[in-house]
Amino acid sequence: MSNKVYSIKIGGQAGQGIKSAGLIFSKIAARSGYNIKNYIEYPSLIRGGHNVMQTVFSLDEVYSPIKTVDFLIALNQETINLHKDELVKGAGILYESEDNIDTSSCADRCRLFPIPLKKLTSEVGALPIAANNVALGATVALIGADKKHLFDLIAEDLSVKDTEVVKINQAAAKAGYDYAEANFTNKFDSILSSQSNPVKKMVMNGTDGVGFGAIAAGIQYAAIYPMSPTSNILSILAANQRKYGYIFKQAEDEIAAINMTIGAAFAGARAMTLTSGGGFCLMTEGYGLAGQTETPLVIVEGMRTGPGTSMPTWSEQGDMRMVLHSHQGEFPRIVLAAGDAKEAFTLTMKAFNLAEKYQTPVVLLVDKNVLDDEQTVSELDYSGYQINRGKVVTEKDSGYKRYEVTEDGISPRSFPGTGNYIIANSDEHNSTGYSSESISDRNEQMQKRLKKLVTCAKEDMEKPTLFGQENADITIVSWGSCKGSILEALKDNPRVNYLHLSWISPFPSEAVIEELQKAKYLLDIENNSTAQMAGLIREKTGINIKDKFIKNDGRPFFPEEIKEKINSILNK
Amino acid sequence: MTQEELTTPNLPNWCPGCGNFGIWTGFKNAAIKSGWDNTNTVFVAGIGCHGHMVNFVKLNSFEGLHGRPIPVATGIKMSNHNLNVFVFTGDGDCLGEGGNHFIHAARRNHNITVLLHNNNIYGLTTGQTSPTSRKGLKSKSTPDGNPDEPFKVLNLAIAAGATFVARVYSNDIAGLSEMIIKANEHKGFSVIEILQPCITFNKECPPAFFTDNTYHLPSDYDQTNILSALEKTLEWGEKKIPVGLFYKVEKPTAESEFPQIATKPLVSNPVQKRDIGELLQTLC
Repeated sequence: MSNKVYSIKIGGQAGQGIKSAGLIFSKIAARSGYNIKNYIEYPSLIRGGHNVMQTVFSLDEVYSPIKTVDFLIALNQETINLHKDELVKGAGILYESEDNIDTSSCADRCRLFPIPLKKLTSEVGALPIAANNVALGATVALIGADKKHLFDLIAEDLSVKDTEVVKINQAAAKAGYDYAEANFTNKFDSILSSQSNPVKKMVMNGTDGVGFGAIAAGIQYAAIYPMSPTSNILSILAANQRKYGYIFKQAEDEIAAINMTIGAAFAGARAMTLTSGGGFCLMTEGYGLAGQTETPLVIVEGMRTGPGTSMPTWSEQGDMRMVLHSHQGEFPRIVLAAGDAKEAFTLTMKAFNLAEKYQTPVVLLVDKNVLDDEQTVSELDYSGYQINRGKVVTEKDSGYKRYEVTEDGISPRSFPGTGNYIIANSDEHNSTGYSSESISDRNEQMQKRLKKLVTCAKEDMEKPTLFGQENADITIVSWGSCKGSILEALKDNPRVNYLHLSWISPFPSEAVIEELQKAKYLLDIENNSTAQMAGLIREKTGINIKDKFIKNDGRPFFPEEIKEKINSILNK
Repeated sequence: MTQEELTTPNLPNWCPGCGNFGIWTGFKNAAIKSGWDNTNTVFVAGIGCHGHMVNFVKLNSFEGLHGRPIPVATGIKMSNHNLNVFVFTGDGDCLGEGGNHFIHAARRNHNITVLLHNNNIYGLTTGQTSPTSRKGLKSKSTPDGNPDEPFKVLNLAIAAGATFVARVYSNDIAGLSEMIIKANEHKGFSVIEILQPCITFNKECPPAFFTDNTYHLPSDYDQTNILSALEKTLEWGEKKIPVGLFYKVEKPTAESEFPQIATKPLVSNPVQKRDIGELLQTLC
């Protein structure tokens, strides 16, 4: 029998510290021995607008947000209005008692905990935003969590350096805790009681995965223009550059960002840039330039909804076809996709080696939901990682030719300063690098470049991962952030398995064919409207997955929806 | 380096009489005089007639995309500031497609030298109006006369923050070599506007136009005064095209703002896997 999955939600206006409170709550849960998965929704605004963060936790693994809420922290009326239908019977609602908040829509089936949050906040001399700490303190008391974790986490908040502010924030939390202890004799259930000797766990999202992965992989240079949902990776890279000795430079636009990164890689630096779909549109020109000049380049593309500006702070898996096909002509591109924070970490590290080994752009696609939403990770082992810079000539070689034709398509790189004569040329060129439009040079160089993808498929490409048991009645095929929702839906369901794809180009056709041919029933799940992965699978394998379960409203799949879909198939 | 060592197997494919020949020669002479070779020098070219330069000078080079040589060059310089980094660009490349990069690189004062081939026309696309074509110019794209005002290149460069701003005529080969050397010695964003004839598509400005109308800035001209320099950059007309060094100021370079490369270039550190235990601890 598996352990119960609980869900707690905190909602309020943008600017009320929703995200920081949610993050602290999820760390309390992690320190208490639970696994968590966070899910944040916010509009593209700095102040006002509805922000909400959900933490799902359990003593078992948890992989995705769920539809229901067991405990709601409502910092305003809107939070109740918007989320009342998600509340389970007997759910707790903690809310501001002095704002005349109307709970009549759910009072009959919920337990109410009105607390004078603003009053308690001002009584301890804290700024209004610290009401989130009062609410956290009260919540900790009501659900039986260990208040020590809360006080410790407030003290460890790196963004608050002033010890006086830390003390005031702790006092705010204590005021909330004490108020709940004193005023509610019938508390909520102890759903977050501290476990003995909990395993140490990290609360990590894809942003941490990419940023820390890049630093671990020995990044030397990044030029980036800010764009949600990758701006927080930019922040990690900016904040740590002096300590770790690499360079981060904010460029004037994405076109400059990619060209600066290409220049740095040409000079010999291990380099990356990152952006979202809209920024990638501007980068497509440089994307092909890297392909044509055979310059290593890591591009992380954080996918949000499109087209145009669309819904900037919501998720979508709509950019796969863009990165597979954008730019004129044909060049080898390696495209990977991360399904969770840990994959974002390992694939980022891998991307650097692949880019340098194959001297071509490597795109890592990461859904906004993977970038933003934390989950517990108990182990992040990168001890086996070895830097691979590919073929590099560091000594002077008078016969050196930058685009020498080789069996595997990879010509040795060399860097300016070695004394070797190096030309990188976006014109079609001969093996030295001089512009050439001759038939033989064109054929030789095109074939050489495209050969690299064949070599990569042979030497580095990985098979998709099958989760669940062989011989299932249904095989789900998906990629990216859908992974979490699918794994959550598959818990305790041996009749369904899941094929997770993280290599998109080169594409592991044989392995996919092998798995899909075994399947009794195929179901494609994607966060886009045209089932891009199903289309790619058909293109690469000839297999037509008829049942496509798609969603493109910016929200993730919830496991409840997937379970319902599975049941409708099984009950046919 | 000798002339021979700088020579590639390729013969220039510019039109006979093109200003690019003067720039090519002036640059090679400067390289020989200064000892620029493949251990210490890189140049980046954009797209346009100037871009073919990569095929005619045997120095490390990167021919990129139309309008984008400056960001490539700044990426190179930040990664290895021991290299002399030059940009060859044109009036269309630098000010049309690449205008944003030009002003921002100037603002940051990257320590590179931009050689801006200005023939006031699009040559490689066979004769359309460029961002520096005079108002009224009849071209393939403006058969009724150019309706737009041209950029005043050096005025724009100074206003954007360039710290070494000069103009030379392409056929003044000795003067050009000398100016390229000075610009490279200057620590900061150096712009040399090189006036050049396009003998095929800009019939208004044959070599005689430049020899007749240019004059050297007088020896008592103050190169440090930004206001008089800005005023001087507006001067243009019959017998009234000044050439020489308009403006020079010492300011911290973009590269000097990174303490992590204060003692040695970025790429002189080997790429190593880093221990990120401390960062991961912040997630617990």
